[in-house]
Amino acid sequence: MGRYIIRRILFAIPTLLGISLVIFAVLALAPGDPLAQFAADPSVPPEVREQIRASLGLNDPWYIRYFKWLGALMRGDWGFSFAARVPVIDLIGQRLPQTLQVIGLAYIISICLAIPIGIISAVKPYSAFDNIATTFAFIGFSVPTFFTGLLLILIFSVNLRWLPFIYNSTLQVTDWNSFWQQVKQMIMPVTVLALYQTGTLTRFVRASMMENLPMDYTRTARAKGLNERSVILWHVLRNSMIPVATLIALGVPTIFTGAIVTEQIFRINGIGELLIRSIQNSDTPVVMAITFIFAVLVVSFNLIVDVLYGILDPRIRYE
Amino acid sequence: MSEANPPLETTPAAPNLTLQQLSRLQPTKAPRTLWGDAWRRFRRHRMAVVGAVIFCLLVIMVAVGPLVYGGNPRKIDFSKSMLPPSLEHPMGTDDLGRDMLARVMLGGRVSLSVGVAAMLISITVGTLIGAVAGFFGGRIDSILMRITDLFLALPVVPLLLLLIFLFRDTLRRALGPETGIFVLIVFVIGILNWMTVARLVRSSFLSLKEKEFVEAARALGVTEPKIMFKHILPNALGPIIVAATIGVGAAIITESVLSFLGLGFPPDVPTWGRLLYDGQNFLDFAAWMVLFPGFLIFLAVLCINYVGDGLRDALDPRSRL
Repeated sequence: MGRYIIRRILFAIPTLLGISLVIFAVLALAPGDPLAQFAADPSVPPEVREQIRASLGLNDPWYIRYFKWLGALMRGDWGFSFAARVPVIDLIGQRLPQTLQVIGLAYIISICLAIPIGIISAVKPYSAFDNIATTFAFIGFSVPTFFTGLLLILIFSVNLRWLPFIYNSTLQVTDWNSFWQQVKQMIMPVTVLALYQTGTLTRFVRASMMENLPMDYTRTARAKGLNERSVILWHVLRNSMIPVATLIALGVPTIFTGAIVTEQIFRINGIGELLIRSIQNSDTPVVMAITFIFAVLVVSFNLIVDVLYGILDPRIRYE
Repeated sequence: MSEANPPLETTPAAPNLTLQQLSRLQPTKAPRTLWGDAWRRFRRHRMAVVGAVIFCLLVIMVAVGPLVYGGNPRKIDFSKSMLPPSLEHPMGTDDLGRDMLARVMLGGRVSLSVGVAAMLISITVGTLIGAVAGFFGGRIDSILMRITDLFLALPVVPLLLLLIFLFRDTLRRALGPETGIFVLIVFVIGILNWMTVARLVRSSFLSLKEKEFVEAARALGVTEPKIMFKHILPNALGPIIVAATIGVGAAIITESVLSFLGLGFPPDVPTWGRLLYDGQNFLDFAAWMVLFPGFLIFLAVLCINYVGDGLRDALDPRSRL
């Protein structure tokens, strides 16, 4: 097992290097100059601009810049934001908690909803419950998150005036009153994200359960006189959870992507909002850092899935 | 595939018949074919049929609608700014007094064609890579699968945003404002979504290339490209069709997300996502500007997902009637 994990980690390193190279190449090949804003400024003479270029190392060939960037990345030096003029790592550190709060809660809620709904749907397929759950699941993953978000704002903020539609991230939770405010402003973004994730997960839990229900071991468990509840919850569920657990782990990077849209709608100053703003400001260091964080997320959750698979399913050999 | 088989199921039972008698023995009913079976199974999936019908209606509305409907999507008239839906303007008007129905129909053209075109790119790339990897195996396979894994680990949405932001102006200058951004968006969405198809095709090819009919084709001296695309590919078509259907829906959503984040089409090209982006600031007094385009994205994607679900059941050879 230990050797298997180490091998998977060693596999992940070239992938990360490849991704960093792709991201770097995209930015290096792109037309446009990071110092374009200085070019428009008449108070910065061309010689000074050239000096700034040289001091920032922008005149080096691309592969030298890549290795410099990579080396700095390893040392934890993520560069300075052009727009905010603070280290990128501080900027991300400020934004990350808001994002994690919203998407973490949304993900936990959708897992807690999807597993029981999926189980009931699979045990009683094509029943009224299953038909309703399936319809909701289809709606859940067909409706774009930005449309659900705008609909919720329209209903609960504009018409009913129950919930605030702009997220106040300076809010400090000190007493019950501010806690209640925090809950109120989190309801809509969390619902939007949870609805989408629950839809996908429910379908998957159902399909996985349906695959295991007609298996021989299920019949054996029934034949040995176990009651239906323990057959379903103990025998079938455990085996069905293998692919579901991997999907849950693989879904984490997806929900981060979903956060980009949600944060834009509800004006949450999380990491997704930072990404959009930095792209619009041509703030290259921040864009690269966030894109790379997303890539690290994808690769590390792939790694977790591989290891998880090994733990959950002993049939998988670690050659 | 099996349409090519002559319907001679009765021969073994009647060995002494002449050809003429044989032709009279032909079954009166049309022979059952693989695609016919698939169609029969598809029709039993009620939601899929409903989805297919509604989606066809949407396509017709978007394709023919602007020719029949008199509203002008570009005519600005401030005296008619933000009128609620009425007989004259069935979907109301926007902040500049333009007719929303006309804009929604025009936007649907762009949104749906982006979906289909991006799907065609991802299916073509995915099928080619998967077919080559599965058919030749060995070193080619491992290199191609390494590339596929790398692409799967790319953070798609941030990369999409980045690519479009960086290359938008260059392509717009080269190909004109509308075509440029269309080509860019379609290409970028397509090129970041071929990986699942490649994996599906590869695994079908891996099992199919060991089958007897491939051996027979080889023995007859059929060339390798022909074996790949004329003999193996038609048998691997089921999962590709399902993936293609789902892919159209996913591409429509991706395009609308890009437009919604302000990084898709320019304001003069009204796609469904762009209409939502423009309308979100008027949510509190002109909700129809958001509701109609949003609902149409939802409806189109929901129909496509149901059709994909129906096709999955219909094309699965394990579920033969």
